[in-house]
Amino acid sequence: MAGPHRHPRLVWTFGVILVGLVVLGGVAYALQARTGLGVTGLSRELPWGLYISQFTFLVGLGASAVTVLLPYYVHHQKVFARALILGEIVAVIALTQALLCITVDLGQPGRLLNILLYPAPSSLMFWDCLTLAGYWILSVVGLAAALFARGGSPAKWVRGLALATIPWAIGVHVVTALLYAGLAARPAWMTAVLAPRFLATAFASGPALLILLAGGLARAKVFDIGREAVERLSIIMTYAATASAVLAALEAFTAIYSGIPAAGEHLQYLFLGLDGHLGLVAWTYASWMLLLLALVVLLIPRLRRRQKLAYGGTAAVLLSVLIDKGLCLVTSGFVPSPLGYVRDYQPSLIELAIVAGIYSGGALVFAAACRFLLISESTIHALNPPPQTAREPGMATVAHMEN
Amino acid sequence: MKKGLTRRELLAGTGAAVGAAFVEGSAQRTALGAVTGRKSPLWGIAVDLARCAEKTGCHACIDACHAVHRVQASEDERHQVKWVWKEPLARVFPEQASGYETEAQLQTPVLVMCNHCTKSPCTKVCPTGATWRRSDGVVAMDEHRCIGCRYCMAACPYEARSFNWVTPHPSPSNGNFPARTAGVVEKCNLCVERLDNGQIPLCVETCASAGAGALAFGNLEDANSPLRQLLAGRQVRRRHPSLGTEPRIFYLV
Repeated sequence: MAGPHRHPRLVWTFGVILVGLVVLGGVAYALQARTGLGVTGLSRELPWGLYISQFTFLVGLGASAVTVLLPYYVHHQKVFARALILGEIVAVIALTQALLCITVDLGQPGRLLNILLYPAPSSLMFWDCLTLAGYWILSVVGLAAALFARGGSPAKWVRGLALATIPWAIGVHVVTALLYAGLAARPAWMTAVLAPRFLATAFASGPALLILLAGGLARAKVFDIGREAVERLSIIMTYAATASAVLAALEAFTAIYSGIPAAGEHLQYLFLGLDGHLGLVAWTYASWMLLLLALVVLLIPRLRRRQKLAYGGTAAVLLSVLIDKGLCLVTSGFVPSPLGYVRDYQPSLIELAIVAGIYSGGALVFAAACRFLLISESTIHALNPPPQTAREPGMATVAHMEN
Repeated sequence: MKKGLTRRELLAGTGAAVGAAFVEGSAQRTALGAVTGRKSPLWGIAVDLARCAEKTGCHACIDACHAVHRVQASEDERHQVKWVWKEPLARVFPEQASGYETEAQLQTPVLVMCNHCTKSPCTKVCPTGATWRRSDGVVAMDEHRCIGCRYCMAACPYEARSFNWVTPHPSPSNGNFPARTAGVVEKCNLCVERLDNGQIPLCVETCASAGAGALAFGNLEDANSPLRQLLAGRQVRRRHPSLGTEPRIFYLV
């Protein structure tokens, strides 16, 4: 509780930087709105970049609330009571950021409501917007309910709502994948494995973020989700990350072994470069190295037992998915273009500033949520004490559990 | 059919077809269902590859289209807006190469534009119905409804769609076709503004008057239309047939 108050200056400095980044993002967006999306690094050949990539990544984070909802509401794992609150907060923020990412990507953001005014059921984007908006509302209500339940048994209607939210969350991310997977023009995305891959990366990156946030919050003595919850989240993350690597490898096999040029050219671009264009090669290797290193650490008990390594592995999973889903996957789908052109994509400073602004805003809202929801006296006292009082919460405890 | 289309054949043919079709069309419009057994026309264009390539360096149709439709060339390669343009043969028909073509063959410029597909992926994915297929087969675009999400650009296997990355500043002198704003997608509209006035698309008309006669326009629903006769008498290619989009722009080999 006294955590953040011990370093008021640090907290304020951090807060001011975040506010500054939000303002900078706002200015950058004003500039983009004035002159058009020409200020981005996007092109005729590569019309979706950082905004849509980050949207995809953030929808995954939002959908990953399933990893706390499912154990708590379906399997009655009470150890997730506090993780649930944290997970719901992260989900609501991530979804809001995702919606902002689509909005800043639009050429005519003022016409956003046309999606509702002229509904087009044949468009996956129409369904994506509907399911996202619905999931956002479900998550906000779910979060409010979890806070009001104060760690006690949830009301019957809350459980009903949560049970509806779980398939909805999975559905949202599946629809996001289908938005890509149904395009004959983009063989890179046109694979049935895309949706399961999206789910796997979501259920890896979401818990990874929760574990890191929970670690920080516990260290700052703000909020402790309990060591058992952290341990179980870590297991979910490890399995999901493994599944995502396996799925990606299976997809690569089909693409490469079949020998169909269109099926594998994007992989060539990602791993080797195409026609001398090396745009994403460094990022691709970074993402894969991080994922494989993380899996080595997380799957070998002797390494996993070391707390710092385990946290490192968790951060590596998050970063790997951020690079893959938040940059490479979407942009490589446009390379080569249908006419065979290879156009590299380099996000412009404007794009980076806008995305940084969206993330900083998210961080500020998260900080406010911690301050007013998690450490407010009423909440913290009303909540049941953490299932196991851990003096050193985090994944060091993972090791003890395994022994 | 001889080597290509003579200018006379082309003009006479398309003119007659268009005339007939528009009589049909207007009958249908006024009688609205009272006329039975008459279908809406279905427009298509045939491009004679050899005739088009013969006129080396000719871009009369492109210039005419882009001037009238106020399509502005951009200095930035990434921001090009194109309705009709030329691409090397090897890029347009990547799957049909023997592997032993000469470089000159591979680089033969081929006229490309929106294919006005029978099963158009772009209209399917548009989240607002800002692009749709008309009953006459034209894939049309409402730039005032477009939200600029560019999903149609991701879905089009022909790169036929362009986005206005910046505010276009076209010269106002050329006709009265409305200019676009930044943030919307645009593409070839098969000259709907002309079709609805009983005229044939400008590129076809310009090609004929420039003496190339490489483009033929007509009603695909009419088995006797000169266009259908052409398609029946020649070897025909369509772009990416395996994708099932069924283009209505045909290439005569």
